[in-house]
Amino acid sequence: MVALSVPARRRSASSGRRLVRRGGFVVLLALIVVWSLFPFVWQLISSFEPDRDLSRSTPKWLPVPDGTLQHYRNVFVAKHFGKFIVNSVIVDLSATAIALVFAGLAAYAIARLPLPGKGIVMSLVLAVSMFPQISIVTPLYQVLNQLHLLDTYRGLSGVYIGLALPLMVYVLWGHFRAIPIEIDEAAKIDGAGTLRTLWSVIIPVSLPGVVPAALLGFIASWNELLLALSFTTSPAHQTIPVGIANFTALYSIPWGDMAAASVVVTVPLVVLVLIFQKRIVEGVTAGSVKG
Amino acid sequence: MLLTLLAVSLYPVLRTIWLAFRNTSLETQGDRFTGMSNVHRLQHDAVFWKAWRQTLEFTAVTTLAETLLGLVIALTLYKTFRGRGLIRAAVLVPWAIPTVVTSRMFGWLFDGQNGVVNYLLVHLHLVDHKVNFLGSTTLALPTLMLADVWKTTPFMALLLLAGLQTIPTSLIEAARIDGASTWQFFWQVRLPLLMPALLVAALLRALDAFRVFDLPYVLTGGGPASSTETMSTVAYKTLFSGLELGYGSTIATAMFVTEALIAGVFGLFILRRLRAEG
Repeated sequence: MVALSVPARRRSASSGRRLVRRGGFVVLLALIVVWSLFPFVWQLISSFEPDRDLSRSTPKWLPVPDGTLQHYRNVFVAKHFGKFIVNSVIVDLSATAIALVFAGLAAYAIARLPLPGKGIVMSLVLAVSMFPQISIVTPLYQVLNQLHLLDTYRGLSGVYIGLALPLMVYVLWGHFRAIPIEIDEAAKIDGAGTLRTLWSVIIPVSLPGVVPAALLGFIASWNELLLALSFTTSPAHQTIPVGIANFTALYSIPWGDMAAASVVVTVPLVVLVLIFQKRIVEGVTAGSVKG
Repeated sequence: MLLTLLAVSLYPVLRTIWLAFRNTSLETQGDRFTGMSNVHRLQHDAVFWKAWRQTLEFTAVTTLAETLLGLVIALTLYKTFRGRGLIRAAVLVPWAIPTVVTSRMFGWLFDGQNGVVNYLLVHLHLVDHKVNFLGSTTLALPTLMLADVWKTTPFMALLLLAGLQTIPTSLIEAARIDGASTWQFFWQVRLPLLMPALLVAALLRALDAFRVFDLPYVLTGGGPASSTETMSTVAYKTLFSGLELGYGSTIATAMFVTEALIAGVFGLFILRRLRAEG
């Protein structure tokens, strides 16, 4: 009772102060949103403006009237950007799918099976993800060269599997550990083997962890530049980041085309993040709560 | 699993260290053991040391800024208010954008001729003429830092938000009943409890920032006058433009050693801190 009356009294005494505080909070929120969205929104606006508007001394704030789709046409027709997108989708989807299978098995083994040295394996997995990529690029280049996998989908995809594994194992491990062991035991009593338990019981239950693991792996490979740059040499197999990094013209920088290309490759990701925002936050949260 | 891991990660690192002591080059076709001569060359390589200093500077500044800003965002988004899900999603947007695209975006925002940042600065009378951000040896690196802070703060905020959510609500209520002010509560309850998560997040961030490659490669190519060269770009250029696999590996090894040192020192600090708090 006493505890209840205190805030009530305080509220009436300082309602003006509360209003100021509330206003401050709204301003802070607005600042955070503008800071987060403005660069991308500006890119979006620029992608619809004709070149003469982009080079005006006073920027045009909205692409109306006379907005144009010319930059998007340039990107797909003249710059063959569709090919980069296809390459990225093939390499990144295959890498994510295969890595997810390996990571699921590994994380389950580390979380459940009575193996010796599990802690060491887990720390090694995490330590590996800290290596600077540049320090593994030369040997991987030589290995891929010997296997004739340079400038192929399979070569880059294989490297990305290795890249995605540590993070995926970590996220999945956190989720598997959170599942009560009784569920496994119940499945075992019903006659399910280890793999069967993993597939029909553990994975459905830990789906909230599988989604962020897959997304984190996919985003990591979708964004990767250094290895893609090193291991692919022709536009036939280069991915989107390489395409954008090499996006230059002879005389002036084609800002409008670049903006259009940026929008094209970013929108799928932004949509994914907006759809799975809750899952991502939960996934990362669950992983770190238990870790 | 362990074997795969060894094959994919440990072998390449050992192999890089092995290459670091050879004069392997695709141009001269050399490939023999040359003892310490690469190390000697590294000691007197002015560009390498410049890149080394710049990389450390980049790592320190961005990690600090991202931790502080991430903390502000996490504390703000921790509160319950209408539309929180939408704003959380909006904050995550920069994180979802590929670094290469971020680079191009900031290139356009900070363009010396038609960049909107220049327009705003001139119009608000903060500068009297347009600034060539990316063409200046003093401003290019800070511009890259800003781009990195923009791109990576969301992830930091996400990790800190996760940390905040582990603090039991009963503690918050107890402090409120004791009449603690918001500031007191933050400094004496929240921050100490958040410290482990904060330090781990900062360590992860620092190790990642140390590898920075995409931003300078796309935005400035390491220029002007090597003022944005980082260890990754120098190593990459030596390996793939100079085709000097041996010396490039020496640089990569130096980088690996520096990163291990950062991780070690930081890790020790975290351990001691956690021990001190029991």
